Formats: sequence, C-alpha cells, structure tokens
Amino acid sequence: MADRHLAPDTPELRARWGAFEFSPEWKAKADKAIAKYPEGRQKSAVMALLDFAQRQVGEETETQGWLPLPVMEYIARYLDMPVIRVVEVASFYFMYNLVPVGKFHVQVCGTTPCMLRGSDDIIAACKKRGMKMGHTTDDGMWTLTEVECMGNCATAPMVQINDGNYEDLTVERLDAVLDALAKGDTPKEGTQEPGRHTSEPSGGPSTLKEMVDANHDYRSEW
Amino acid sequence: MPKVTVDGQEIEVPAGATVLQACELAGKEIPRFCYHERLSIAGNCRMCLVEVSPGPPKPQASCALPAGEGQVIRTDSEMVKKAREGVMEFLLINHPLDCPICDQGGECDLQDQAVAYGRGGSRYHEHKRAVTEKNMGPLIKTTMTRCIHCTRCVRFSEEVAGVDEIGALYRGESMQITTYLEQAAKHEMSANVIDLCPVGALTSAPYAFEARPWELKKTLSIDVSDAIGANIRIDSRGREVLRALPRVNDDVNEEWISDKARFQVDGLTRRRLDKVFVRKNGKLAESSWEEAFKKIAAAKPGNSIAAVAGDMVDCETMFAAKKLLGALGSTLLEGRQTGLTYDVSNLAAVNFNTTLAGIETADAILVVGSHVRWEAPLLNTRLRKAAKAGAKIFLIGPEWETTYPATFLGSDVGLLHKLPKEAADALKGAERPAIVVGGAALGKGALHPALALAEKYKLVKDGWNGFNSLHFSAARMGGLMLGFAQAGGMADLIAAKPKVALFLGADEADFSQFGDSLKVYIGHHGDKGAHAADIILPGAAYTEKDGTFVNTEGRVQYAEKAVFAPGDAREDWTILRALADALGVDVGFDTFDQLQAAMIAEVPALGEEGLADYGALPAADKGAKAEGEIAYPIKDFYLTNPIARASTVMQQCSAELLGQGELAEAAE
Repeated sequence: MADRHLAPDTPELRARWGAFEFSPEWKAKADKAIAKYPEGRQKSAVMALLDFAQRQVGEETETQGWLPLPVMEYIARYLDMPVIRVVEVASFYFMYNLVPVGKFHVQVCGTTPCMLRGSDDIIAACKKRGMKMGHTTDDGMWTLTEVECMGNCATAPMVQINDGNYEDLTVERLDAVLDALAKGDTPKEGTQEPGRHTSEPSGGPSTLKEMVDANHDYRSEW
Repeated sequence: MPKVTVDGQEIEVPAGATVLQACELAGKEIPRFCYHERLSIAGNCRMCLVEVSPGPPKPQASCALPAGEGQVIRTDSEMVKKAREGVMEFLLINHPLDCPICDQGGECDLQDQAVAYGRGGSRYHEHKRAVTEKNMGPLIKTTMTRCIHCTRCVRFSEEVAGVDEIGALYRGESMQITTYLEQAAKHEMSANVIDLCPVGALTSAPYAFEARPWELKKTLSIDVSDAIGANIRIDSRGREVLRALPRVNDDVNEEWISDKARFQVDGLTRRRLDKVFVRKNGKLAESSWEEAFKKIAAAKPGNSIAAVAGDMVDCETMFAAKKLLGALGSTLLEGRQTGLTYDVSNLAAVNFNTTLAGIETADAILVVGSHVRWEAPLLNTRLRKAAKAGAKIFLIGPEWETTYPATFLGSDVGLLHKLPKEAADALKGAERPAIVVGGAALGKGALHPALALAEKYKLVKDGWNGFNSLHFSAARMGGLMLGFAQAGGMADLIAAKPKVALFLGADEADFSQFGDSLKVYIGHHGDKGAHAADIILPGAAYTEKDGTFVNTEGRVQYAEKAVFAPGDAREDWTILRALADALGVDVGFDTFDQLQAAMIAEVPALGEEGLADYGALPAADKGAKAEGEIAYPIKDFYLTNPIARASTVMQQCSAELLGQGELAEAAE
C-alpha cells in the first residue's frame, strides 16, 4: 500500500494555491452536486467537490491533479464544514491525490487476483521504464502507485492511468499502452486481449450459451 | 419494553436500549473501548462482542445492536470468550508494550481488559506500527503509537465540545488521530479527551510522569473556578495536590470539567502565602500572628469594620466573618467585589432557576450579557445540547464564537426594552422559553427589565421557571444567602470609611478606594489583594479545608479537605475565630462543627445538600431601565482567579491558546 501523507504546509504552497477558486464550469458542476442533497446536508457533496477540485487543479497543472491544503480549506469554506472533516475524506480515499502527480498517474492493482495473474511483472515493467513506486519521474510524465482492488479481477492484471482502465495486460501490452500515451495518442481503453470485448469469459461464453445470439427462455429447463 | 434473556436471566429493558445496555442491566460486565454513554455509538473497537440469537451464527457488536423482544444473549459462551481474545490480540498487535513508562498505567482500560479478557501471550512476530506524536497544545500529551482508534476524542470534540478539530486521517492500519495541521486544541473543555482516552495515547501533559494512581489520596471536592460547582476529585500525594478529575454528577457537570478547573491546581503550590506579613514603613515584612492581631486590635475598629468576600471562599469562612462583624456591631458585608449592585431582595431573581440540567430542554433561550463559553463552559455544553435538540438561541452582547447556531442581536443591553422581532417571536412561541442574565448585564441594570420580559413571555409556568441569572464566582450564591450584599454594593463599604477592612481572598476589588482603612487580607495567594494589604494572614485554599459551596443554580454542595495548607497558613475560620479573641468579642463557636451548626441554624438551606428553594420570582420593577454597551468582565479565560494566575499551566495556555502575553521560547 502506498505511503500516503499530506503535502507540507509551506509558504510556497500557500502562494501558489491560496487563491484557488472553482472556475465557472466546475462551479456549475459543484453547485449541481450540492443541489442533489436536501437543505442542511450540503456537506454530503464533499466527495464530488473534492473530485472537481482535483480535476481543476489537474487542468491548471496539466496532470491528473491533486489536492493542496489551501484547496481543501476552500472546499471546507464552500460547504461550511470543518476543514478536518474534509481532510479526513481526502486522506481516506486513494483516488484523491495528496501530493502532486505526473501527467499520467499509473496505478497498478496489486491485490490478490491481479498478483496471481502477474501484476509483479507489470510493476517491474513500469520500474524498468524509469518509474519509481510512489514517485513522479523527473520529466513530470509518470507517477507510479500501487493500489488495492479496482474491481477488474476478471480481466486481471490491470492498471488505471488517470481515468482509463487498461486490462488483460502483459508486459508487451503495457509497453504499447504507455508508448502510445507518451506519444500523445489515445490507446484503446479496457481489455487489451485481442478478440475480447469486455470482461466476458475469455474463449467464449461458458454459461447461458443460447443467449449469445437471441433471447432464450430457460424456464422450461429448470 | 422488550424482554430479553441474558445468560439465562430474563429481564425487561427500556425500549430503544442496546444489547450492551441490556447486559449491563443484567449485571454483566461487557468490555468496551469505543462505546461511551455520552457519545454517539461508533462500533469500531469490536471489544463488546456477544452471542445473540436469533441472528447470524457469529459474535455481534453489542453496543450497536438494538435489544429486541425475545433475544437470547450470551456473554459467557466459548464463542464470546474466543471473540474477545481475538479482538484483544488484534488490538495489541500494534500497541506498544510500554506500560512501565506510560502515564495511563494503573488506570488503563486496555491494560485492565487485556488482563481480564485477553490471551496470556502474543503470537505476533512482525514489526509493530509506529506513529509520530501529534501536537495538541499545552494540555494534552500525545503518544499516538498507543492509539487504538476508538475515536472517542473525535466524537467528543465534535458532539460535546462543538469544536470540530480532531479527526482521523488516512485509513486502516495507517489511520492517525490528529488535529488539522497539528494545531493546538483550542476550546475550554479540550482536556476531557484525556479522561475519555481508554489507553495512554492522550494523557495529561502537566501531570506527565508525576505519580501512579495507586499512590494518590482521592478526596471529593467542588470546583471553584466558576459558579457551576463542578464535582471534582482531588488526587493528592503528601501535601501536594497533583491533579483534579471530574466526578459524575448528571445534574451539574455530567462527567466533564473545564480545562481551568482541571489544570489550575498546580497554582496551589506557587505564590502561596505561608507566613504572616505586616506592612512596616510601606513594606510588607514577615511577622507573627501575635503581632498582626495586636496591630488589628490597636486599630480599635469597634463597629467600623467591613468584610469583602472573594470569589472562591466557602460559606463557613463567610459565616465566620459575618459572626465576627456581627459581634462587633457591623453589617458591612459584601461579596460583589467589582462593584455590582443588582437587587438581591429576592434571591430567586438572581438564581439559575431552570437548573443546569433543565436548560437542555428549553426551546428558546435569550442570553443577555454573558460570554458563556468563558464564564461557564459547562453551561455552554448544555446550551449546545439544547440547540441540537432544536432550541433557538439569541444573545445580547459583543459577539463571541458560539459552539452552536445562535443569533447575536446586538451589544446594547437596552435591546431588552425593544427586543428584535425574531427573538420576541421565538420566546412568544416557545413552550419552554428561558432567559439567562449574565454578570455583565446585571452590572448594566438588566435584572428588572429581564424580569419584565419574564412576565411578558410567561417564562414561569407549570413545572418550568425559565428565568436565570448566571454568576461567575463560586462564592456568589452562598454569599448572597449569608447576606454578603449591601444595597449600594461596594460603594456602601467605601462610603462607610471602615477603620478595618477584611478581604477574604478578595483580589478583584478596587483597593485604592479603601485608602485610610487598615486592610487585612486573609487568603492563600500573593495576588492583587496581598499586594494592597497592610496585614496578610495566610489562609487555606479550597483543597485545604472542608467547606460548603452553593453553585449558580442554588445547589448546596460540600467539599472535603484534601491536603494541609502550607507553612503557617490556617483554615480561614480559625483565623477569624482567633481574631475575635484578639478583638475581645465572642462569636459563639470554637470548633468547625459548632460553626457549621450555627450557620445551618441561621440559613437552614445550607444544611441540606441539593437545590435551595428561593421561592417565587419577584414582580418586575417596570420603571427600571437598562442601558449601555455590554462589556464582558473576563478578558482571559485562563487567568480569572489568583490560583489560575499563579499556575504556570494556565499562564502557558493564556500565552499559547489566546496569544496573550509573551510566549516563552523554548531554549534550543
């Protein structure tokens, strides 16, 4: 599990992010998220707002984005809630970055199913490309972290890079994806197994075979 | 009223009770860490597992499971025993084995329960987790490696204190309890988390490495740092008071005390008056009791003698002074040192009639001229409870940071005569309306205008009296019951130009006004009173004598003597008794018991523990006008009395938390 910590509260951090405010587009989304909850329960929108803030920071820094302390304080003011409660949420969920990340945040799943299907090789491949666990490369392109189960066990191993999942990986397929990203292309998301559509059983269906082409009534067979 | 069976014993439990409460009612002990009666249920320590059927065939956390009709609960089965052992083993995985150097040792829930419910040894051989220590201010010492994540401290600061500043960051094994950016906990009740912490993660910083609990003598006492009269336990060793802890009393302090009540006790050993002093050639010089008494007798006071009671004196001291003055033919008694002159002809008008517990049930509250957080922190938690239950709270006075939603109407006390519509409507529509008149408002003549409001909004009805005066001094109600009040207040004493003026621990009076009087200070700390005095007779502090105190709601409570006064200091009543001999009068008592009996004979209410009955509210004087800007008397919460001012802990709090005075830099 990645070692998480808050970015230190320095004068530089305050100078850079002290004046953070939602841009009009993100503000509209934030207000829409708040409106989903009944009056007096605005703080329920904290997770959505943290996500929006992280994305706006990402746009400003051309990375996946992260959550500097002054931004969390801004969210706390925006929702009129204690800042410690905002930091609790942000530090609990791994999807909120507490320190700056690179342009591509490579999150390798290392939980049991992925590990059994070779996530150690995937991590080794990332490291071979110059990435270091929990760090950003010097060119600011790649940040490598290991995460817990992302729910893609049927297509393990997988990595999540920013908002996209890349599944059924081998070292070669991962290299292809990363090379494409580095070039500025948009590689295909989802499974990288040729012929596989999503997470259906590889090698064709093993159950409910009659349903493949048309609807089939199984009830007479029960 | 569901019926449940606990270990074969069938009992009926109140509707809404949890399985844990049902087990307690059946007399079964359920080990727990996170569950606390006065906090919300968290259910995260898993120590309270029991076996419940019907239900899944596994142990259940009893603190979070409602008791239901027909449940069969077992707390003594093999499954429960194994579950407790398992939970305890997991809790101890990351808990350091540093009990010999831990201040919680001997009064630690984890230690006790590990012995009672744990396995004999550990099977864990991997590395233990370590967590950096967190700064939580000058009062709370942290050793976060010991933390078991029960979150009692988080829930206390959020729910009871109302100042959301402690939180749990990160998750799972990496979870850490901290304040935001490790800022000091900044509220008046912060140190209660020390009592709540079931392990040694949060301990008392001033008491660090001072003593073990089994070395201490425990004495039941009453706190004198404000007029709430919180029930405390004084822990002492030898002649020194080492700490003050709250006792449970649901009517007064529940089980909390303010940081000042808890930590001012180190002031009891500093700046003490332990010798007799007499002013010679303008300078105070050490002297003897005989010389001091001779000098007072030489002043030949006759009936020209006055007594001013301080904020922390007990009823017995005041009564002894009253008897002495009475024997000399004087009635110049006053306790309101700062010159307040409100009408005390009917004590019901200056009492907290709703009672501290009762104010929780009020649904509209108007606070006039009181910085409640500083004048009575424990009342503030009650107001917060009322607000959480839906009460509307309005305040007249300069703004301060409330811990609940409240509306400040303005700082002019004249608003009482033309209450803004929202407040007037709230009081009118309320079923249980209440007014709290603070000392700052009493000083501006707000008593009768407030009484007029009480009549207008029908604050007194069946089983409800919503009219309250909130005092700040622990001696106030007792003093008023004993007649320590002149119609014109201190001005009457000054106008009488007494030959001798006795100051009984009075440090807030304007001593320059008593220019020609022989000023005799009977008290325990070298503070303002001692500086101005001509003769200093060293007395005993509240921990050093038995005494009766009456809190702001008229509750009579007794404090016991924990330690002896230092040096030549004597219990105050003995000084006054000896002074009577020196002045050649008879006060009619020779022992403390005789004194107490005489006091109870004169004011029977003081002989009965509990609420004194002051009768009905007086009719309001319709012509009375209140006017002027309210200014709160307390400028610094931590330094309101001579004991607190002598306490280095309180001085540190004042400097670090309120930013007053110079902050002592650490030597690096």
